[in-house]
Amino acid sequence: MPDTNTTTEYTATEIMTIEASRRLKDGTVCFVGIGMPSAAANLARLTHAPEVVLIYESGTIGAKPDVLPLSIGDGELAEHADTVVSIPEIFRYWLQGGRVDVGFLGAAQVDRFGNINTTVIGGSYEKPKVRLPGAGGAPEIASNAKETWIIIKQGKRTFVPKLDFMTSVGHLDGGDSRQKSGARGKGPTAVITDLGVLTPDPVTRELTLTALHPGITVDQVKANTGWDLKVADTLATTQAPTADELRVLRDLQERTAKAHGTVSSE
Amino acid sequence: MNKHMSLKDAVARFVKDGQTVALEGFTHLIPFAAGHEIIRQGRRDLTLVRMTPDILYDQMIGMGCAKGLQFSWGGNPGVGSIHRFRDAIENGWPQPLQVQEHSHADMAGRYQAGASGLPFSVLRGYVGSDLPKHNANIKSITCPFTGEKLAATPAINPDVTIIHAQKADREGNVLINGIVGIQKEAVLAAKAAIVTVEEVVDDLQAPMNACLLPHWVLGAICHVPNGAHPSYAHGYYGRDNAFCKAWDAVSRDRDTFRAWMDKNVMSTKDHAEFLRSAGVTPPRSVTPAKAGA
Repeated sequence: MPDTNTTTEYTATEIMTIEASRRLKDGTVCFVGIGMPSAAANLARLTHAPEVVLIYESGTIGAKPDVLPLSIGDGELAEHADTVVSIPEIFRYWLQGGRVDVGFLGAAQVDRFGNINTTVIGGSYEKPKVRLPGAGGAPEIASNAKETWIIIKQGKRTFVPKLDFMTSVGHLDGGDSRQKSGARGKGPTAVITDLGVLTPDPVTRELTLTALHPGITVDQVKANTGWDLKVADTLATTQAPTADELRVLRDLQERTAKAHGTVSSE
Repeated sequence: MNKHMSLKDAVARFVKDGQTVALEGFTHLIPFAAGHEIIRQGRRDLTLVRMTPDILYDQMIGMGCAKGLQFSWGGNPGVGSIHRFRDAIENGWPQPLQVQEHSHADMAGRYQAGASGLPFSVLRGYVGSDLPKHNANIKSITCPFTGEKLAATPAINPDVTIIHAQKADREGNVLINGIVGIQKEAVLAAKAAIVTVEEVVDDLQAPMNACLLPHWVLGAICHVPNGAHPSYAHGYYGRDNAFCKAWDAVSRDRDTFRAWMDKNVMSTKDHAEFLRSAGVTPPRSVTPAKAGA
């Protein structure tokens, strides 16, 4: 949705991507999902976090793509990586071995505890209304990274009271249920959307709206959430994209579109 | 024994109806030419195995080659759904598809177990996930040393694994570089393996630690230039993104799909003819291969 309350023009996708990128600290080891996580992670690398280590599940460690990859195994990722390892190695030594600081995921559905669905929508598992691609690397990224972030456009179809299928674990049933389940790491510490940022309550682990993007109202966010959304007492407002952030992101998207004939973050 | 042979002969010799067959490649080096030859030769009731079924398995499923699929992510990377795969699962067309679904980490471990002569793989996986509820092959095991509960799944030992690689030498030793994916494990886990290659050379000039498959673990080596199109072969040609995007429209409709396959795969005799018929040229690599290619 277009922003109307500031003079700088940017899209909802741009502020979501930029806000997510800002959270990635320099030197962090980030296991990157394709699409929006990849756009945000590379924006961080091209702005404030040149030493961020990007790992893609195709086995590329320290990837430094000049254009965003269309697929998770594009040659562009291998070409500029520190090293390229096999698939068993990336999942065993690097992910299950506990080397990943942040797992950065997208999703088709998310629930109030940050659990995610990328498997089926509607119907049953055996006879779904829509068959989605499936788990990929997510179940083990979600349960082995030191923390995870989810980037997803907010709406009643994506923020659902009950997942049609639980593909990858977040805070499970809330409280200490994740910790008891055997999952490692802190689980989802942030859900970044096109409307704002949600973070888990320290005790119940329920996702709570803690920041709004400029010009977005609480009512708007509530209207785009499929459950009765908890809202923090003190709400922060995210900083509008700077001219520099927008320039770098748009350059990246333009290079990408030229290379692939599409924009891969959308 | 010279294992160099035509792809047609290799498929006729090694791939039989009802087998478990893996055509592997993680976006890179996907053995499209070999999959097309399986379709041409009319193989049926295959259980296909692949971490990332994409356009190739969409074509094989839509042409009725498969009764089952073991996988962990099915889609057209960067584009969206694979429609023949969805039609098979959602509507049972052209026949029902028995799905056995895993995660990437698990599939990788299952191939490793298969290559290692072990009956099962163990991993820190599926915590909280619904997948084990729908896949009887995902079980749990208690570590005899720490008491931790871990996931356990059976090894994959395909009857045949097929991969595409950059180079083979005259003896049939094969060199792969770039994103090597799961190919080494998939070959070593299989009872027989076919490798298609871009080029046959006198000397592989393989760096000491290169991913190399010796001729004596392979059943057949087939020289098939552009054999991975529309995926890519690092150092040879890039991914044909335009083709991948165009596939979406071709594959949405059953009749359009069948007509396209009849014209370009069933009515052509080999991969070179396929490329001419489909009117596609693999894009030249943007960047030259790094040392070791």
